[in-house]
Amino acid sequence: MATPIEAVNDFVVKFANVNGSGSASANTLFAKSIMRMGVPVSPRNIFPSNIQGLPTWYEVRVSGRGYLGRRGGVDLMVAMNPQTWDKDIAEIEPGGYLFYDSTKPLPKSKFRDDVNVIGVPLTAICNDAYSDPRQRQLFKNIIYVGALTALLDIDADEVAQLIGEQYKGKEALLKPNVHALQMGRDYAAANLKCPIGLRVQRADAVGRKIFIEGNNAAALGCVYGGATVAAWYPITPSSSMAEAFARHCKRYRHDPETGKARYAIVQAEDELASIGMVIGAAWNGARAFTCTSGPGISLMQEFIGLAYFAEIPAVIVDVQRGGPSTGMPTRTQQSDVLICAYASHGDTKHPLLFPEDPKEAFEMSAQAFDLADRLQTPVFVLTDLDIGMNERLCEPLEWDDARRYDRGKVITREELEAGKEFGRYLDVDGDGIPYRSYPGTHPTRGAYFTRGTTKDRYARYSEAGPDYVDNMQRLLRKFETAKRLVPRPVERRAGAATRFGVIYYGSTSPAMTEALDRFAADGVHLDALRVRAFPFADEVLEFVADHDQVFVVEQNRDAQLRTLLMNEGAIDPAKLIPVLHYDGTPITARFIIREIGEKVALLEVKPLRRVAQ
Amino acid sequence: MTYLAKPKLHHPTLPKNKVGYTRRDYEGAISTLCAGCGHDSISAAIIQACFELDIEPHRVAKLSGIGCSSKTPTYFLGNSHGFNSVHGRMPSVLTGANLANRELIYLGISGDGDSASIGLGQFAHAMRRGVNMVYIVENNGVYGLTKGQFSATADRGSKSKKGALNTDSPIDMVQLALQLGATYVARSFSGDKEQLVPLIKGAIDHCGAAFIDVVSPCVAFNNHPGSTKSYDYVREHNEAVNRLDVMLPRETITADYPPGSSHAVTLHDGTTLVLHKLAADYDPHDRVKAMNYLAERQAQGHLVTGLLYLEPDAEDLHASLNTVPVALNRLGERELCPGAAALEKFNASLR
Repeated sequence: MATPIEAVNDFVVKFANVNGSGSASANTLFAKSIMRMGVPVSPRNIFPSNIQGLPTWYEVRVSGRGYLGRRGGVDLMVAMNPQTWDKDIAEIEPGGYLFYDSTKPLPKSKFRDDVNVIGVPLTAICNDAYSDPRQRQLFKNIIYVGALTALLDIDADEVAQLIGEQYKGKEALLKPNVHALQMGRDYAAANLKCPIGLRVQRADAVGRKIFIEGNNAAALGCVYGGATVAAWYPITPSSSMAEAFARHCKRYRHDPETGKARYAIVQAEDELASIGMVIGAAWNGARAFTCTSGPGISLMQEFIGLAYFAEIPAVIVDVQRGGPSTGMPTRTQQSDVLICAYASHGDTKHPLLFPEDPKEAFEMSAQAFDLADRLQTPVFVLTDLDIGMNERLCEPLEWDDARRYDRGKVITREELEAGKEFGRYLDVDGDGIPYRSYPGTHPTRGAYFTRGTTKDRYARYSEAGPDYVDNMQRLLRKFETAKRLVPRPVERRAGAATRFGVIYYGSTSPAMTEALDRFAADGVHLDALRVRAFPFADEVLEFVADHDQVFVVEQNRDAQLRTLLMNEGAIDPAKLIPVLHYDGTPITARFIIREIGEKVALLEVKPLRRVAQ
Repeated sequence: MTYLAKPKLHHPTLPKNKVGYTRRDYEGAISTLCAGCGHDSISAAIIQACFELDIEPHRVAKLSGIGCSSKTPTYFLGNSHGFNSVHGRMPSVLTGANLANRELIYLGISGDGDSASIGLGQFAHAMRRGVNMVYIVENNGVYGLTKGQFSATADRGSKSKKGALNTDSPIDMVQLALQLGATYVARSFSGDKEQLVPLIKGAIDHCGAAFIDVVSPCVAFNNHPGSTKSYDYVREHNEAVNRLDVMLPRETITADYPPGSSHAVTLHDGTTLVLHKLAADYDPHDRVKAMNYLAERQAQGHLVTGLLYLEPDAEDLHASLNTVPVALNRLGERELCPGAAALEKFNASLR
């Protein structure tokens, strides 16, 4: 028997459930109660493409130090799904704990010797207390949460408080939930050794942080950013963003006097129509966006190219996921970087924004509208399932009331009337950005015919080669301008001078922060740069130039950001070392430490202290 | 087409409409389509309709997909914004544009390849949603720009210029529009301006999804014996069920019609549509009967034209979405951004 794991505010609990059994709300309750005790948590849903019946997991990392990346490994498994029992049991760390429904005896072979077994007869307790089958099912989840509060020393009042908030005004539901919670807690207190080696201790490490899903935050960013038209097609993991946008609009965007909507949301027939509507609306002067995932981006390719050449703003939020078809799509990846950067036929490239968490998803979604209007081009916000569909602890969202929308260069009726020269594709300021006019602006001036590439500076039809080249060169100048407008990278210097650097982006951030702390503690010096946008600001390429070797950490197979760096920065491939994680689970600090640690050791710069596996 | 540009200067005696424009002010660039192309007649009908309706040209947005028909918006309403979008995707672009600014008139120009093949889905869904627009399909049964392949509206058994027989069943855009809930459905012939101009005017004044299928012969690739979209064939098989007169709100209906031969319908904006019956048993207010009638006549080889269906009190997508009466593109921070205080409340709900 391995020594039981002892840990305070630093462990991983994983719930193995059956999809559709009502476990999600109970599990959220569990995670939030820990957060309410001032201890940071980061929960993650691991779910199938399914509505009911297939396995689903909810993994909660408790980290007093505030590490919100996935840790890997499981200290306590709450094994509620017989289908996945063997696999779940195998995942527990030696000395870890297994919590299970002991109503039906299981043979000894179903257990492990090096794991501490905690049995609670959940079914029996439920069957005694309830006669309705659905109640038996739902309250079983609350009962195990109750038992866990005793086992992990969680303040039951916090859970009761949360239940109270959830069922405010619904007394009929409130009482039985609190009762079920108490039943579980009482059973554990009376029959089991409480607490076990894993304990939650009240702390003050949460502060004013909020607990929010990235999709929800990104949707609110679109509201704050002034989006009035949204068109979308259901696709996991982005659908909840469109639904959140509808919810926020309902709350914030109705005329208080007439009740009329200051927004239009269309669930389109497919992603082609979604992006078409966005482009039509933006052409006509409204701020418009769509949210989608990889397959949607594939379908939108033609339109994205048209918007690039016709210079129409569009905001596209891509909540990235694994592969085509079904299955992996409910897992996370960063595998749409290249398809977004170079979306469409012809010579095209597009600004990309890489938020690291819900807070940045909010900020960048709002900022994307300013960028799209200023640059008159499609702008992508690349989140992923890990950010989008998990509640994440992050700094509170902020908005400066003095901020004004940047609608970019739009010629007005007054300017046209005064005889200001208007050429739709005329570079008047040298920044590659022309003026545009909204339809209906002036009776006789400012109208033009919108096309793809076949035009001159005044939007007149032209198939002449020099006109085409002239336009393409201006588009490049515009992309140079974009470099100065997109979010700058964030640098973290090592404690001592080093010839090693690491570049990362998006949802890799929390795991990377943790890995960097470990490297620092272990005396491995590594400068780090979090890239927040494409085109790359000058600092990004300078960072690469300043180091002999730069690791590029990504959650895809083909090292897509590395490719983009090589291509856009003319960087020697040998200089950029890929560190790639792409099995659909979120990247971990353990993975990064092992991969980079091994590679640094191979490069034999200096003897390394062994880093933890 | 002609290579001789008309002078920009107008004759001073050219009549002006109520908003001060001459008919010439509604023209666009010179057409680059083939001489005799039906599409040019449709462009002329659009110009005439807009002139007669006293529409300020810049209050119209004209959108199209790709193909010969989709090139035509360059050739009319030169002072209107135009958008030559993506093949088969005009309906979504138009829908988005309409959502952004409900105050303009939206004219969607498409062809049979653009709308019946690659764009069938978007055509269908724009009709379903009741987007307030005039959707014109310039229907010639053939792909012109790519040199004469059959389109999806080509009749089964019709022959291509090179003699190939079309073995696929045709898509009837009118029947589809009716089935999908369009609230103004018409069919016409590019060679019948008398019929077409009022149909376009009625469609512009209609609030909701207005669809006009205009059979428009392709002189280059589909005007031969064996084609069912040639000038000769359409003239021989055309069966107009009614004639339309569009009377603007300020006009009094002075014409004297024999009793029972016509009836008037008043639209939202006060415009009156006067329908003169040609087929005694045709009722353009009954969707199901209209569909049956069309199916029966088509089976007998007739091409039924006229205003085929009208729902005078139709509502559009904006009504369904309950949007504010002002154009969404005119709203600013004050109306759109909930502000810092609301955000703090939101934050507080997430702790």
